[in-house]
Amino acid sequence: MSAYPLELPEGDRPMVRFMNVTKKYGTLVVLDQLNLDIAAGEMVSVIGPSGSGKTTVLRMLMTLETINGGVIYIDGQPLTHMAKGGVLVPADQRHLRKMRASIGMCFQHFNLFPHMTALQNCMEGPVQVLGLSEAEARARSEELLSLVGMIEKKDQHPSRLSGGQQQRVAIARALAMRPKVMLFDEVTSALDPEVIGEVTNVIRKLVAEHNLTMLMVTHQMGFARDISDRICFFFSGKIEEQGSPADLFENPQRDRTIQFLSAVKEAH
Amino acid sequence: MTFDWRWDFAWEILPRLLAATVNTLIAAGIGYGIALVLGLVFALAQRTPYRLLTVITREFVEFIRSTPLVLQIFFIFYVGPQFGIRLSPWMSGMIAIGLHYAAYLSEVYRAGIEAVPRGQWEACRAINMSTRDTYFRIIIPQALPPSIAGMGNYLVGIFKDTPMLSVIGVAELMHTANSIGAENYRFLEPFTMVGIIFLAISLPVAALVRLFEGWVRRKMGVR
Repeated sequence: MSAYPLELPEGDRPMVRFMNVTKKYGTLVVLDQLNLDIAAGEMVSVIGPSGSGKTTVLRMLMTLETINGGVIYIDGQPLTHMAKGGVLVPADQRHLRKMRASIGMCFQHFNLFPHMTALQNCMEGPVQVLGLSEAEARARSEELLSLVGMIEKKDQHPSRLSGGQQQRVAIARALAMRPKVMLFDEVTSALDPEVIGEVTNVIRKLVAEHNLTMLMVTHQMGFARDISDRICFFFSGKIEEQGSPADLFENPQRDRTIQFLSAVKEAH
Repeated sequence: MTFDWRWDFAWEILPRLLAATVNTLIAAGIGYGIALVLGLVFALAQRTPYRLLTVITREFVEFIRSTPLVLQIFFIFYVGPQFGIRLSPWMSGMIAIGLHYAAYLSEVYRAGIEAVPRGQWEACRAINMSTRDTYFRIIIPQALPPSIAGMGNYLVGIFKDTPMLSVIGVAELMHTANSIGAENYRFLEPFTMVGIIFLAISLPVAALVRLFEGWVRRKMGVR
């Protein structure tokens, strides 16, 4: 692992850096030598056909998947590895728990805790993981539930909430941990069309009012185009093309990008 | 041969049988308590990343489930002393029945834990929860309601299996009824009454378990 620095040098510290990251399932290569930097405060959307490895990018960042090659750095520090005896070795549980605190994630199927109310869902992490007092955690959670427009439903269990409402609570739950990087994994894909807007509006608000670094996998091209600083088009485990929303959507350079965008356009 | 039920004899032996019923309930209660806790230990041990622990626990559970309870009772009571483990009949019985049902309950827990969607584990990791909190605050509370029916079955099961303890002389209901029969050369009344007492306890317990399951589900906000 000598090719990789123990930490990134001052002045070259993006919030997220993928360095030659490879992910395989058996012989299937899902991500092939991925290199990707995300600057602090940047909003990056990942698009591409299914099976192109987009979701895997997020899952590796959240440490839900281990990687088979390369190193991921968060704010200059290695996430997937740790320094030991002057070299990088695969991270142990302790290191992962320390680094994971910087990252929050929202899922396609919300994954709220069904035996807890909306408020308890948001308070769980702050109390159990961050060690906040009940009062502090409650204040923080209520503020965030207000932000996502769910304060009136704070005492409801998830089974009593619609998909859009559950997803907004899930966003509040993730934000309550004060992550530096937020990951959104197809957060509108499981929603009925009429409630997609209530979730995308929350994300729009986050982009406009907060200086969070965000990485989003989405199938909603219009939404991605509106709010992203950059779009990455993934194709079979590689970034086929990336650029500003205007460049990528108006003037795609690669054949596969053009094909994908026209296929998506036809479907709508 | 005539059907010759003697009410006076039945009344006479009732107090002794009821006293023995208390012993049976204590045996079932303690045995079940051991099984509940140990069962969870077995279930969780099979989910640790330590391969050796997982394999040993798995094989041990399989071994217990594949051999008769009465053999296990005999083994602990009669073979134990050869290894310097001398236990009273009560102690041997509780350990045997507790271990036996722990093996079965661990399978109930395991199925319950495996039925919790993967997304719940991932959500716990996304808020950086410890493994311990993940199990005890998120996974087990959700694994519990669907497990209660199976746990209830084994509660009735352990109660009905307490007569096996009579083979090593634990003075539970069956043992007492047998003694009464031998002393008086009358078995009709004591054994009939034992059957009725078992029925009178098992049926309400099964009903209570169903009520409890409904209550837990409502309390947890799960359908």
